[in-house]
Formats: sequence, structure tokens, C-alpha cells
Amino acid sequence: MNPRPDPAQLAAPDDGIAAGQVLLEVKNVSLAFGGVKAITDVSFDVVKGEIRAIIGPNGAGKTSMLNVINGFYTPQQGTIVFRGRQRRAMKPHEAVGQGIARTFQNVALFKGMSTLDNIMAGRSVMMKAGIGWQLLWHGRALAEEIAHRQTVEEIIDFLEIQHIRHTPVGKLPYGLQKRVELGRALAMEPSLLLLDEPMAGMNLEEKEDMSRFIIDVNQQRGTTIALIEHDMGVVMDLSDRVVVLDYGKKIADGTPDEVKNDQAVIDAYLGVPH
Amino acid sequence: MLYRTAGQFKTSYEADHALFPVRQDAFLLGFVLVLAFVVFPLFASEFTFRALLIPVLIYSLAALGLNILTGYAGQLSLGTGAFMGVGAYACYKLVTIFPELNIALAILFSGFFSAAIGVVFGLPSLRIKGFYLAIATLAAQFFLVWLFQKWGWLYNYNASGAIQVPNIEMFGITVAGPLASAATQYYFVLCFVVLMTVFAINLTRGRIGRMWKAVRDMDIAAELVGINLMKAKLLAFFVSSYIVGVAGALFVFLWRGAAEANLFDIPLSFRVLFIAIIGGLGSILGNYLGAILIVALPVVIGAVPELFGMSISSATVEHLNVMIIGALIIAFLIVEPHGLARLWAVIREKLILWPFPH
Repeated sequence: MNPRPDPAQLAAPDDGIAAGQVLLEVKNVSLAFGGVKAITDVSFDVVKGEIRAIIGPNGAGKTSMLNVINGFYTPQQGTIVFRGRQRRAMKPHEAVGQGIARTFQNVALFKGMSTLDNIMAGRSVMMKAGIGWQLLWHGRALAEEIAHRQTVEEIIDFLEIQHIRHTPVGKLPYGLQKRVELGRALAMEPSLLLLDEPMAGMNLEEKEDMSRFIIDVNQQRGTTIALIEHDMGVVMDLSDRVVVLDYGKKIADGTPDEVKNDQAVIDAYLGVPH
Repeated sequence: MLYRTAGQFKTSYEADHALFPVRQDAFLLGFVLVLAFVVFPLFASEFTFRALLIPVLIYSLAALGLNILTGYAGQLSLGTGAFMGVGAYACYKLVTIFPELNIALAILFSGFFSAAIGVVFGLPSLRIKGFYLAIATLAAQFFLVWLFQKWGWLYNYNASGAIQVPNIEMFGITVAGPLASAATQYYFVLCFVVLMTVFAINLTRGRIGRMWKAVRDMDIAAELVGINLMKAKLLAFFVSSYIVGVAGALFVFLWRGAAEANLFDIPLSFRVLFIAIIGGLGSILGNYLGAILIVALPVVIGAVPELFGMSISSATVEHLNVMIIGALIIAFLIVEPHGLARLWAVIREKLILWPFPH
């Protein structure tokens, strides 16, 4: 058994934001697809070092919100301030450079590649050796490959997936695929990690494993996490603060206890008598 | 037993990233290289060189180029033949304009012309995928072959409309043209193929290869891990067309000796595509296995009746060829849709355990 990796080594990169300061601020964001209003005038913030949950009934606009945060959609109205800078319109592949990584609701791994290669792919942006060195597989390209392999192995140790290192991910069971996807996101060394339903379709044991990894990532690496989840038990236990969306509008925002007792939230989930 | 991997421990990531983590693979490759560099040239006849060895190598190289685009980066192309043509015509023009230019350099340069054209015709891949992209590359196929026919400057306005390879010397040895010996040409082609293969292996196992495979497997996720889709796809078109172009130049200069525009028409594209598919998309080894099957098998089948002293008319042999090859292709695709390379991978897995069941 390998010793657990040293947490200091795995610390989230310094992004110039002190713990407890606002890392991401979403201000009055509205997003519509034609006539369909996905998000209407939503504002909230994510503080560095916290686990922030976004919950809401189906179709509430949670995933759209995540897509707005990582630049997949550009909102028609409102502003997003990340790491103290206001966001301009950007391409999705630029999100990583800014320090945002995410996982998907339906696992979006590279199915033909091994676990190791999937996680290594997460570090593509950080690898700089030119095509000349790549052709020769020598000098800088090789040194870089080995250095990143080391970091990736730390992530593999951390997620306890050593045994599937060389297995093509298409052959892995669902729970492990989710874990590999988390590994790929961690490899990007994000300052904000977005998790879209990390426990969807898992059994109790897998959920507990995943919760443990999320807490470890948050506490050992100090990575700020924003997650969407439907399992209320998990959400209430994991998150520091919760924002609740319904029909694209924010209906509550606060600690899990506050949200749990909010009448609007209870109405959204349980319905109101007519 | 033959392939026992037990006891081969790796103590560093360098060792694990080596080209052959398993020692037996290295021995096997060494054996094949000795065959290719020493044994074949010693025993091969002029006919074997021209009908078997040289075409297998050249077709492997063309399939390797296509495989980088289709197998690794997931962009289907039906224009391989035309891109080979660009390489061949570019080389022809380079040789006529700069007669002093070393032929090896001319071939390497001509790859850049087809790479540039490949990138231009790769631009639609930024918006369309799959079958639709295949149609766009088909347009390249028709357009380029038409250009080869109509643009007289390309074939120096000669009356036949064909390009003829003159005798070309390199370091005092004739390597191309009617006077070149088959063994020389074989070595020349072999060196090119080995060099390109090493480069292709290195590219596909590193960052760039992962980038391509990521684009192939899940383009949205690839974007969100920070891969610029445009750059990745165009780079794949560039590298692929470069290799295909070099293969095209070798095809005409080191093998055919002369070429007309319709040589690069769609049957050539399909031939190379068959080799890549039967060999195995997304594999380097597969290109060689596929080329051996598609190119060498007809020659072998043609020789069999003579072996038994039967005299069958050459037309019948030709028909038999087509039927047998066609049946084999269908059989292979049913038994192993991932190609010969996967078949070898399965055999290798079995050999690692053999003769024990577990």
C-alpha cells in the first residue's frame, strides 16, 4: 500500500484569492434559448475554500448555470466575476486556463484511452514541449511526460484507482468512471471545481466513497467546489452553503439548515396545495 | 511461456514509458527489422521487390498517414489518393525546377505541399463531422484529380499528360528512374518508412496523441480539458497529409516510375482506407498488417496455381483474386471489427498466459 500523498504537495494553485474571500461572483445572470428562459436574474457567490451546492428540481437551470460558469454558454444579461476579474465572452477551452475544471452529469471520458491517459489528458494545457521534441520523444518532451506522470500518479493514489491505471475506461464500471472523471478534473489543478451530479446512479457505498473524495479534495487540497446533486442527504452533509434554483430563479440561499427550513424550498420540492 | 512478462519489473516512470515495456516485443521488432534490412534483400528477386516488398511499404506509409487522421483524431477522410497525388506532383515539380536537389530532400519537402492542401481541405472539419466530413474530403478528391489533369504546368505540358520519373542519382547511386535497381529503391523506401514510423509512434504516444484521441472520443470534454479543437484537428490534417504526401511521392518516384492523374483517383483512396480499417484504426502496427494482407495476398494467390503446375489464364487469376480478397475482408471484419492489430493484441494476451489457463 502506498502512503497517502502529502497534502501540501497537492495543494490547489495559488490564485491570488485568500481563503474566505469571494472567488466567483455571479451577478444578475439571465440566459434564454429563444423563448425558453433557462435562468432569470440569478445572483450568488462562491467563497474560496467552501463546498457550494446548487440544487433544485429537474429543469431548474442548474446545469445551465454550470455551463455559464465555465464559459460554455454566454449569458444574455449579467456579469460573472472570477478571481477578481470580470469575465468577457470566451471559448470553452479557455476555462481551464482560468482555473475552472468540471465533470459531467453523463460521464464524458475518452473511452478508447486508458485511465492514465485520460488523467494525463487533463494536463494537456500544462504541457509545453514543441512538436520537434515530441517527434524525437527526447529531451524536453520526455522530461515533461515523466514529470506530469508523477503528478498524475499522485492523483491516482489519492483516488485509489492504481489497479485500473492501464485499463481502457470504456471497460470500467460506472462508479469507477465517475472517479476517473474526477481525477481528470483534479489533474487540471483548478481553483474552482464544478461537479455535475457526482453521485448520480451510484449505490450507497459508491456515494460514500465519492463523498469522502470530495471532502478530501476540499480539505487537503483546499480546492473550492461547486456541485449539483439530487441526493439531499449528501448535499446537506457535504456543503457549506446551498443555493436553490427553481424555474431558473433563485429561491433560497444559505447554510443547509436555513435552506432546509425555507418555505419556498419546501414548496418547490413538495408542491403547494391549490 | 514465450511471452512471459513475469519478473520484468519497472522501477521508474521512464521504464514504464519505454516503447516496449515488455522485452519480448523489442526482440520481435528486432527480428522483423533484421528480416527487412538483411534477409529479404539477400534472397528477394527483382519481381519480389517490385511486386511485393516496395508496394507493401509504400501502402503502409499511406495508411499510416490516413490512420493518424481517421484512427487517432477521428476525422474520416476519403481524399487520401488525391493527397498522395499532391505529394507526387509536388515532388515532380521540385525535381524539374531544382534538378540539383537531393531526391530525399525533395520527397521530404513535397510532403509539406500536401500538408498545406490537407489543412485547407481540413477546414470543414471545424464545423462538420463523420459522414458529412467524408463528403467534404471527397470533394477534395475530385477537385484535385481534375486539377492534375487540367493544369498543364503540373506535368510540364508534355503531350501524354503523365509524369515520367527521370533517372535521379543520390551520392552517385541511381535511386529513381528506369535505371535504378530494385534493391536500392527498396532500401530507400524502407529508410523513409522506418523514419516516419518512429515519428508517428512518438507523436501518438505523447501529448499530441492524447489530444487527438480526446477529440476523437469526446470532443466536448476535450474542449473542457483545455484542448483547442481547431488546432488539434488541423494539426491532425497537417501531419496526416504530410505522411500521405511523402507516401505519394515515393509511390511514383520509387515504385511506379510514371503516373497519370487518374492513378490518384478514388480507388486508390479506398484501397488505403481498406488497409487502415482492416489493419485496425487507431493502431500503428495495423497499417503494416493491413498492407501485407491487401497488397501481398493477391501476389501470393496469383502464384499458387503455378506452384501446383496448373495453368489458369491470368484473367481467371484476376477474378479469383478479387473474390478471395473480398471474402477475406468481409470475414475479417466479422471476426475482428477492430482489425488485424487487435487480433494480434488478443493473440499476444493469450501468449502471455500460455500454456497456463490463468
